Amino acid sequence: MHSFRGFLLKEFYHIFRDRRTVAILFGMPLIQLLLFGFAIRNEIQEVNLGIYDQSHDAVTREIIDKLASSGYFVMTQELHSIAEIEHAFAEGSIAEAIVFGPGFAARMLREGRVTVQVVTDGSNPNVSKIITGYTASVLQDYRNTALRTAEVGVEAVPLMMFNPELKSVYLFVPGLMALILMLVSALMTSISITREKESGTMEVLLVSSLRPVEIIIGKVVPYFLLSFVNVVTVVALASFVFGVPCRGSVLLLMLESLLFIVTALSLGIFISTITSSQQVAMMISLAGLLLPTILLSGFIFPVASMPLPLRIISNLIPAKWYLIIVRGIMLKGTSFGYIWKETLVLAVMATVLMAASIKKFKTRLQ
Amino acid sequence: MRTIWFLLQKEFLQIFRNRGMLPIIIIMPFIQLVILSNAATFDVKQVPLHLQDRDRSTLSEKLVKRFTASDYFRLTGYSFSDRESIGELLRRNADLVLVIPHDFERDLTTTGHAKVQLMINAEDGFSAGVIQAYASEIIGTFNREELPKSGVNATVQAPPEIGIISSGWYNPELEYTHYMVPGILVILVTLIGLFLSGMNVVREREIGTIDQINVTPIKRYQFITGKLLPLWIIGLAEMSIGLLIARLLFHVPMLGSYWLIYLVSAIYMLVVLGMGLFISTITETQQQAMFVAWFFMVIFTLMSGLFTAIESMPHWAQTMTLLNPVRHFVDIMRRVMLKGSGLMEIRAQLLWLIGYAVVMVTLAVNRYRKVAV
Repeated sequence: MHSFRGFLLKEFYHIFRDRRTVAILFGMPLIQLLLFGFAIRNEIQEVNLGIYDQSHDAVTREIIDKLASSGYFVMTQELHSIAEIEHAFAEGSIAEAIVFGPGFAARMLREGRVTVQVVTDGSNPNVSKIITGYTASVLQDYRNTALRTAEVGVEAVPLMMFNPELKSVYLFVPGLMALILMLVSALMTSISITREKESGTMEVLLVSSLRPVEIIIGKVVPYFLLSFVNVVTVVALASFVFGVPCRGSVLLLMLESLLFIVTALSLGIFISTITSSQQVAMMISLAGLLLPTILLSGFIFPVASMPLPLRIISNLIPAKWYLIIVRGIMLKGTSFGYIWKETLVLAVMATVLMAASIKKFKTRLQ
Repeated sequence: MRTIWFLLQKEFLQIFRNRGMLPIIIIMPFIQLVILSNAATFDVKQVPLHLQDRDRSTLSEKLVKRFTASDYFRLTGYSFSDRESIGELLRRNADLVLVIPHDFERDLTTTGHAKVQLMINAEDGFSAGVIQAYASEIIGTFNREELPKSGVNATVQAPPEIGIISSGWYNPELEYTHYMVPGILVILVTLIGLFLSGMNVVREREIGTIDQINVTPIKRYQFITGKLLPLWIIGLAEMSIGLLIARLLFHVPMLGSYWLIYLVSAIYMLVVLGMGLFISTITETQQQAMFVAWFFMVIFTLMSGLFTAIESMPHWAQTMTLLNPVRHFVDIMRRVMLKGSGLMEIRAQLLWLIGYAVVMVTLAVNRYRKVAV
């Protein structure tokens, strides 16, 4: 026990004497969460809109007015031909063009159904769909308010659960929490063992009376405490700066977050034990985790939309399970009973990774 | 010149003898490119649907059948209480709960109007909007086709419908892979380039071999060139393989010119490597270099316009992205490949990249001193 305590102290000193790294470990998650929380959104502010109106009648003018006053669009240009639309797109001066065919109002009255052509830049499908969605909702609104007297047929009353205003912040901020915590934690521990190997101080550790289990745990604990500060920072920012509610138990959120960072730290340590070069360790933990975590965890793109092989692979990403837990607690107010499965998965991952690290830790050089 | 040649040999030897790094530089990027490009889609399919049909009438069953018969929804269960339905939403067994009230058929046949409730899981506001659109479409078709057949007397004239024909130019199928693959390729090449160059000089400093170089009569520009050139060549090679994969495997169109892509890639690699080298000169340990590089890489990646649109960022953030080389390169790649843009159309972004390259390499060269600081 005595040697373990000494080892733990040594690790603490090591970390805190490196001022620059400590600043980075605390400061960067804070800066990044602030930056991305404000910058990463799915709502598009001002869509530059061009109109090609072949009718110029009362109805088209009303619709155009409605589009202009909806707040989504900026009326940029009046266009007079398809060629002009092409030119405007090529220049990038408009993001969307709406074409009203000739005799619009007349056709609407006569046939009871009329279509509007909406042209967007398909090379960015994401933006394309969002903009088309805005247009559709303005048109729907026009139809309901300006045209009708009563609703006929089946009317759908939508109830948006957990996020009535459809704020994309509710989706992204928990995801950012997961991403930043994961990357920082894995990065921190992934080099801890390889650094000792490279600088030669590993020999000193190996001849000491410390057992592999003590060495591994001794390396994780200081980073665990560091990360705890990060967790508190991140959760506080999410709630107070970005207004993401915490409808469930804050204590549960904290505990689950701690479990998550233990998993991330274990992953880092495991990476550390399988290579003897800092370079390789860092490359694996960064280049190997950045894109998969962003893309497969459900952070931005829903997992349910992915093809089956990717859905299976996403189960290996700890962030995916953590996201379910965080969104459950914060947005839906679920209690532990609803998320015990995901918690179990994270706990198992952490245990497996730790066990594997202890096994892989060689007590001999080479 | 001979000096540079020797340096090149040394660097390449070091890279290829590093058994651990080789698979990471050579294999991992392409595995990620192939696998991850398919992940980025917002298409919502097979939405799990929970049913609360309190009417159980002919008409309500006809409505339900339209939902289940469509590809968009998949029935996962039914119940008769709100509590259970919400429980299903919480347990993530359903993303949409369709509640049909008790007097559905009666209301429709007598007044011509009835309401149904859609409880939608709106964690992801965008998907929720898509789900609502699908459901509304199905209900709209039901109104048009089923009601006249069932003798529903529409005593009030239905308002005319305004339909939308949407076309996405340059990518009519709105294929997400065409849009993601060039972007992911850029990120991977940037990752490798930035980290390799970032750790390069610091590593030599940490293990002490930098002093051995400093005591030689080597000049600064020779040293920098010797460090940059091998990584530049590797970066361009990876770019080429990535483009091959994009064309052959993903069928990403190539409407523009390959020469233009290579020209831009060559300049872009200078930006990335210059940045990495500069980081290398301002940090003391590999660990610090890594963290700094990580910090910028995450920012560059998330604010590149690849995952969320630049247009959806607040204005100050949009201005910030002008300083993001990844953003410019992704933009150029897409425009050249998908829209066939030429040199003229991309000159703004290209100028940014050239300016960036000049600044970065100059900074890196200036910071490197043969004297121990």
